[in-house]
Amino acid sequence: MHKKNNKPKAFPAMMALIGQNWTSYLGALIATVMIVIIGFITPLVLAETIDFVLDTKPSTLPEFVRAAVENLGGRDFLRANLWVMGLALILLNVVNGVFTYVKGRLSAVASENISQTLRERLYAHLQRLPFAYHVKAETGDLIQRCTSDVDTIRRFLSVQVMEVVNSVLMIVIALAILLQKNVQITLYSMILVPPLFVFATWFFSMVHKSFKDADECEGRMSAALQENLSGVRVVRAFGQQQREVEKFEDKNATLRKKWLRLNVLSAIYWSGGDLFSMLQSMITLLVCIVFAVRGDITAGELIIFTSYIGMLLWPVRSLGRTLSDMGKSMVAMGRIQEILHAEPEPDEPDAVKPDLHGDIVFDHVSFAYPDDGVPVLKDVSFTIPAGSTAAVLGGTGSGKSTMMYLLQRLYEPTSGQITIGGVDIMTIDRSHLRSHVGLILQEPFLYSKTIYENVGIIGGRDENGIHHAADVARASGFIARADKGWETLVGERGVTLSGGQKQRIAIARTLLKDNHVLIFDDSLSAVDTETDAQIRAALKGEKSGVTTLIISHRVTTLSQADMILVLEDGRITQQGTHEELCAQEGLYRRINAIQNTLEEELTQAIKAEGGV
Amino acid sequence: MQSFQEEDYTKRFDLSLWKKIIRLAKPYHKNLLLTMMYMAVCAVLDVVWPRMTGFAMDTFIKDGHTNGLIWFTIACLGITVVQVFAIYMFQIHSGRTETGTCYTIRKLGFRKLQELPFSYYDRMPVGYLMSRLTNDTQRLGDTIGWSILDLCWGAVFLVSCTVQMLLLNWRLTLVILLVLPPLAVISWKFQKGILESYRQVRKRNSQITAGFNEGINGAKTTKTLVREELNIEEFNAVSADMKKASVRAATLSALFLPIVVSIGSIGTAWALWQGGSSIINGVEIMGTVMTIGTLQVFVNYTVSFFQPVRDIARIFAEMQSAQAAAERVVSLLETEPDIVDSPEVEAVFGDNFHPKRENWPALIGDIDFEDVTFRYKDGEQVLEHFNLHVDHGQTIALVGETGSGKSTIVNLICRFYEPTSGRILIDGADYRTRSQLWLQSNLGYVLQSPHLFSGTVADNIRYGRPDATMEEVQAAARMVGAEDFILAMKDGFDANVGEGGNRLSTGQKQLISFARAILTNPSIFVLDEATSSVDTETEQLIQNAIQTVLSGRTSFIIAHRLSTIRSADRILVIQNGKITEDGTHRQLIAKQGYYYQLYTNQFQEEQGLDILDGKA
Repeated sequence: MHKKNNKPKAFPAMMALIGQNWTSYLGALIATVMIVIIGFITPLVLAETIDFVLDTKPSTLPEFVRAAVENLGGRDFLRANLWVMGLALILLNVVNGVFTYVKGRLSAVASENISQTLRERLYAHLQRLPFAYHVKAETGDLIQRCTSDVDTIRRFLSVQVMEVVNSVLMIVIALAILLQKNVQITLYSMILVPPLFVFATWFFSMVHKSFKDADECEGRMSAALQENLSGVRVVRAFGQQQREVEKFEDKNATLRKKWLRLNVLSAIYWSGGDLFSMLQSMITLLVCIVFAVRGDITAGELIIFTSYIGMLLWPVRSLGRTLSDMGKSMVAMGRIQEILHAEPEPDEPDAVKPDLHGDIVFDHVSFAYPDDGVPVLKDVSFTIPAGSTAAVLGGTGSGKSTMMYLLQRLYEPTSGQITIGGVDIMTIDRSHLRSHVGLILQEPFLYSKTIYENVGIIGGRDENGIHHAADVARASGFIARADKGWETLVGERGVTLSGGQKQRIAIARTLLKDNHVLIFDDSLSAVDTETDAQIRAALKGEKSGVTTLIISHRVTTLSQADMILVLEDGRITQQGTHEELCAQEGLYRRINAIQNTLEEELTQAIKAEGGV
Repeated sequence: MQSFQEEDYTKRFDLSLWKKIIRLAKPYHKNLLLTMMYMAVCAVLDVVWPRMTGFAMDTFIKDGHTNGLIWFTIACLGITVVQVFAIYMFQIHSGRTETGTCYTIRKLGFRKLQELPFSYYDRMPVGYLMSRLTNDTQRLGDTIGWSILDLCWGAVFLVSCTVQMLLLNWRLTLVILLVLPPLAVISWKFQKGILESYRQVRKRNSQITAGFNEGINGAKTTKTLVREELNIEEFNAVSADMKKASVRAATLSALFLPIVVSIGSIGTAWALWQGGSSIINGVEIMGTVMTIGTLQVFVNYTVSFFQPVRDIARIFAEMQSAQAAAERVVSLLETEPDIVDSPEVEAVFGDNFHPKRENWPALIGDIDFEDVTFRYKDGEQVLEHFNLHVDHGQTIALVGETGSGKSTIVNLICRFYEPTSGRILIDGADYRTRSQLWLQSNLGYVLQSPHLFSGTVADNIRYGRPDATMEEVQAAARMVGAEDFILAMKDGFDANVGEGGNRLSTGQKQLISFARAILTNPSIFVLDEATSSVDTETEQLIQNAIQTVLSGRTSFIIAHRLSTIRSADRILVIQNGKITEDGTHRQLIAKQGYYYQLYTNQFQEEQGLDILDGKA
């Protein structure tokens, strides 16, 4: 992952995302302001009713409203038609409701837009990242970033951003109104707000660790469960049920302990927050009573003070949570940026798209993985004539798969040159190269689609073509026997196919490409030898002129190739035909000998039983 | 196979199901009770607060004095302290109920899973079972711990609020109560709609996760197939769908609150109008003359009165959706294992968790199938009137196509399944007259894809015999030829194998599973031979290990490699649930039947060449 010069910054990225949806956010912002304002007006209606209409105190309404009321007939009118005040209350609630809806809807639209953008950008970027990235990538971690990190950001942007605005607005407006009414009471009414805020913020940053702790415990518990369930046969076969129960019990109990701890913390938080809030409400009420009795404020103003303070306390408490969540979402954004900043395969506008039916030439090719520099291929040179079949024999880690990957430019040689038909493959367009060099991996990935869709995965082929490819790959038989035939779903949510069946589907789908070169990266290993031979025979009848490379350790397969390459520890140690290599001392002859021994034994067996 | 999608919750509220869940939480009934008690205290005090304000207005402000303010203050403080304490306590108890319920369900569920037969595992994917004990359990804990609590609070608050209002002005209250029924109906409908729309979002969300999963796990294959752009197109379609569903759900929730609040405000407005008129005219409207203080209190009540209604609607909707989880958990806990030891057997030999090893007879390893018929749950007949006698110490290779019945025979021997009819005798006695654990403790078992548990190499080798000494572990590893590669690792026998053994190669896992099997010194050995290719050297090690492990034990091998088959004492060719050929390698070769065909197919190079050249 890229870390050096362009360490991705989370905050500007977040702001850019918000900026792309500024109309929605602006709308939501306006709605929030309106909600806050109406929220402050509503208690005023009550206060006005009590002070001005029911009692005899002067009106505290703004000038233009008062003028309108006077026009209607002032206090007497209202006293006679008190329903007006009720109606005003309902209207305020309805208008407030409309704005609440607008705010909710707009921030949902904005945040969903953003998470859609993030999701799609991540997915597309991951698709375009080089092969090497995916070889090293930790799948679980990547998926976590693409899902839960995106969700963390979404939650923050949908609810919490507006909540911050809301809280700040409320505090500012409340302070403005209250200070104007009575500075002293305001100060008394705010006395516990700072400690409450500090308490809430402190709590959420502290509880974070306990949460992580509990989460990890939960992870261990479900890992233990998973292990037990998928190993159930082993557990039973060894009669270890009791010990498994104890093992699980231990994890289960630890998890309970962690959750209980978390519960105590959250109980402290809620009751502590309530204590602050209630004390503050009480202080406000008492101070207001004293001032009201002295005649400094009216009963209506008392209602304003107590209800405003009540309105304020909740946002202050949730602000603590929001701030700590903001930190989390910045971390999440940073983690996402790390993926987005990894270098994708570069575009090469000048790349050529030649025909690939030519000789494949490796000319002093060496390859080492860029990150650790350990050489995998060392000075490899050979020529495979166009249209012939070459077999590659080599042990694990000999570099044989890497050699094949080079032919699709999944990796690029550290030194030396690979040419196909005389064209350096480094100058060939990647998509073109990969479209015409069919590579079948040993452990192919099948998509969560039907068998039919999997075989026709590259698209553009009709049913006949797809069925024919399956015939060649000797897959038609088991497909026909599958639950729903061609419509059987494979992958995670479908049937589990055996390794050999997967390989055969992978072969079929690759055959549907316009292959000039075809590579089997040990991709017949899980198929029985008979089927293996049948597939290879069928392939031979398929397309002429296709240069074929087969990695295999089956002597049958190797011996039938036009040429055999023996790869040991990154070097070509032997090359030639079956007969040539059998005549040489070396790996090939040793492997071949195992086969011969078996054959001799067969003959002896028949003889010993009296011979047939 | 059934589909295991989350079920819809259109069913009616099932009280008996919830009673079962409550019964599961039995150890926490005390906590539950205390929670409700403290909650009730809170709810009552919540109702008292507005009255305190009203009292203050009518007493101090109206009369313009502060006499008794100190007592008022003390009363307020007292209420605060009691309430804060109650809040703390109900949190604590509710949390205990929640975590305790989860703990108990998981514990019972896990134990049940250890008893359920393989036929159950055949039907239920691991992921499905996992979510029974994780998500579903969590959900039930949450429901028991908090939903019931909220319900209780809402009910108490609603009742005490109503009582207070009735005391203040009963006629006005009755009018306001008219708002309740429409509010309740609307809340209920809305909450159900909201839950459903979020369910849709969750469904889409799991598609997104699956999409990423596939996009990342399949990235390498995608590159070789040049399918990047098509993948992106497909993903974007799902992503757009997800957005649509999310916005829909959010819109619905955004609509809910405003509508409910607006309806509620009708009640408040009514109270203000009627109550205010009563004060102005100084006449008894609807019972009594109002004071300003009373009006203030009354209006306050009408504002907070409607909140519990929408909460209760939400909780009922949630409980209805949690019902599916409850059903799944209860059905797991109530599944009866169909392979059980009879009480008489248990009395003598103990059960799976409390074995009485002292009463166990030694297992020699003579095995007989007497007229065994076996049918799977779905009715598929696998074996019919199957007979087989195996002498102790014999190595039997089972050969045949997938689905021929090889695995069933082995599973029956292990008593992972029991015959539908007929008997299986071990050392001359029907194995149902012994305990399952007796048999399985004498069983060595190596699977095609070996399953290792996370932990060290040594932990894994001594899995079947936790008390084995390090020397024994090493000896076992040496016997199967695993010692060299183990010692070559950084921490040797203490090396961590990773989750499911993923830090080791398939071949290495296989060798360790052989060592694990040999350490228990089993009398019966079962091997499902691997088909996956490993490098030649490991292959040789594995072959040697197999020979070592088999010697002197009654062994059954589902064999794939000819070398293994050839060296077996007896080869059984199984076709359609019947033994069609039975004999030694040489005998069967001489017989020139199915086995001969199989054998020659794999070795006759000439035939392969003919096929290649198009001559065959």
